Amino acid sequence: MSTRTTADDQFYREYILDHYKNPRNFGRLERPDVTHEEDNPLCGDVVGMDFRIKDGVIEDVRFHGRGCAISQASASLLTERLKGLPLDEAKKIDKQDVLRELGIDISPARIKCALLSLKVLKVGAYGLADEDEDEE
Amino acid sequence: MNGAARLDVAAIRKDFPIFETGIAYLDSANTSQRPRQVTGAMLDYFEHFNSNIHRAAYHIAEVATERYEGTREKVRAFINAASTKEIIYTRGTTEAINLVAYAWGRKNVRPGDLIILTILDHHSNIVPWQILAAANGAHVEYVDIDERGELRLDQFRELLEHSPRLVSFGQVSNALGTINPAREMVAAAKAAGATVLVDGAQGAPHQGVDVRALGCDFYAFSGHKMLGPTGAGILYGRRELLEAMDPFQSGGDMIRTVRIEGTTYHDLPWKFEAGTQAIGEVIGLGAAVDYLDGLGMDAVRAHEREITEYAYEALSDIEGLTVYGPPPSRRSGVISFSLAGIHPHDLATIADRDQVCLRAGHHCAMPLMTRLGVAATARASFYVYTQKDEVDRLVGSIKEAQRIFK
Repeated sequence: MSTRTTADDQFYREYILDHYKNPRNFGRLERPDVTHEEDNPLCGDVVGMDFRIKDGVIEDVRFHGRGCAISQASASLLTERLKGLPLDEAKKIDKQDVLRELGIDISPARIKCALLSLKVLKVGAYGLADEDEDEE
Repeated sequence: MNGAARLDVAAIRKDFPIFETGIAYLDSANTSQRPRQVTGAMLDYFEHFNSNIHRAAYHIAEVATERYEGTREKVRAFINAASTKEIIYTRGTTEAINLVAYAWGRKNVRPGDLIILTILDHHSNIVPWQILAAANGAHVEYVDIDERGELRLDQFRELLEHSPRLVSFGQVSNALGTINPAREMVAAAKAAGATVLVDGAQGAPHQGVDVRALGCDFYAFSGHKMLGPTGAGILYGRRELLEAMDPFQSGGDMIRTVRIEGTTYHDLPWKFEAGTQAIGEVIGLGAAVDYLDGLGMDAVRAHEREITEYAYEALSDIEGLTVYGPPPSRRSGVISFSLAGIHPHDLATIADRDQVCLRAGHHCAMPLMTRLGVAATARASFYVYTQKDEVDRLVGSIKEAQRIFK
């Protein structure tokens, strides 16, 4: 009866679950330089990020939110990458980078969950609204 | 009715080729599956007498017109309306409600008027009234629910004392499955002088409907939730109300004469059916009504109740699982639930790997989700073809999700 494939079985890989249950950089920053929050009303996922920026580098970042494993693990993974990263390089992070980092096959129905934290980064910190954002 | 014949589910499932794929389909409140009888009736039209209705003077167009109009009588009998003039074809429940909000509402709702809805309602029975209220200066009040997910009738009666212009509510909640006491509510609303619309999208597919016994002014439902195709639904309206209403959309087929100086409109029901209609879909809807008539709506309800009781017990036994809404005897074939520590979308993804089709989200009822204090729930819903094995497979998927997320 099972139709599981190898790719399917990777979906809830150990490290995704680990980031979901033990999120890195979770919480709020006091007096952040930038703060922004986005939600996905369809499933109620919420991700917000606080940034402290010094000399063009993301000195510190924290995220908060709630939702499915994909949205929260994706945010956790992204903050790990952002910490200490020059703004110029952070701006270059795109969809493919985020999906590659997650390392799993994301179905079209879940792609918004996976990319919610990227939207927070782009819209919030840089005002670079993703033109493909509202494709539904 | 206890004497209702039992459904032969194994035989019914043979009419639905989709089950050959091996899926467990638990999303019928979203859209139902369609039997061969429905797709066959549509295919017959497309392959053998495809033509436009009401105008061509050749044989296949006469057949098309006859089958298209034939659905109207089937639907009239299905809901016990007084006349086929009261049966308006729409694209679905959403268009039916929008039709009333526009063609009745713009003319009859005045500044300061009260519109009563409920917190259980689907967005399609909320947003058209919000737009109307904003346009005409009316205001909207919502009947709340109690801790069992049932409407607070005490509060409803208090609101009725303010002489509402319109009361509109769902017969059955799509998100919780709550069966509202529609007849009692309609009677109270009519006594208060209101015009009453009943959203039957989750009612008509699952229980026998008698609009005259119900006493409502309007009743809306969709074909695709009752074994029919998407794109064909029904608005029932009491004749005198429909007669007094202006058209909704205008154009071809809804007119009697068009002159440069002005236009006169067609008789009911065609006054509300502008443009070329979804002919094949309406014919499919007629076949769906035939199919349900053949099963008997009492037997349909009895089967759903049995499956719902079975699923309710099976789900309630699972640790960390919360079921929302009333006990199974007071709900339709819908069970909304959540799992501690597992988001509904994650559960739906894991269930999908087992070919279990489960809905996760806000079910187009965001005010209700806010009221319940959740962003989303998982929802299993059942119909004439649902068997206990599919519920068992859902339980298996839930346990697998709990193993993964433990």
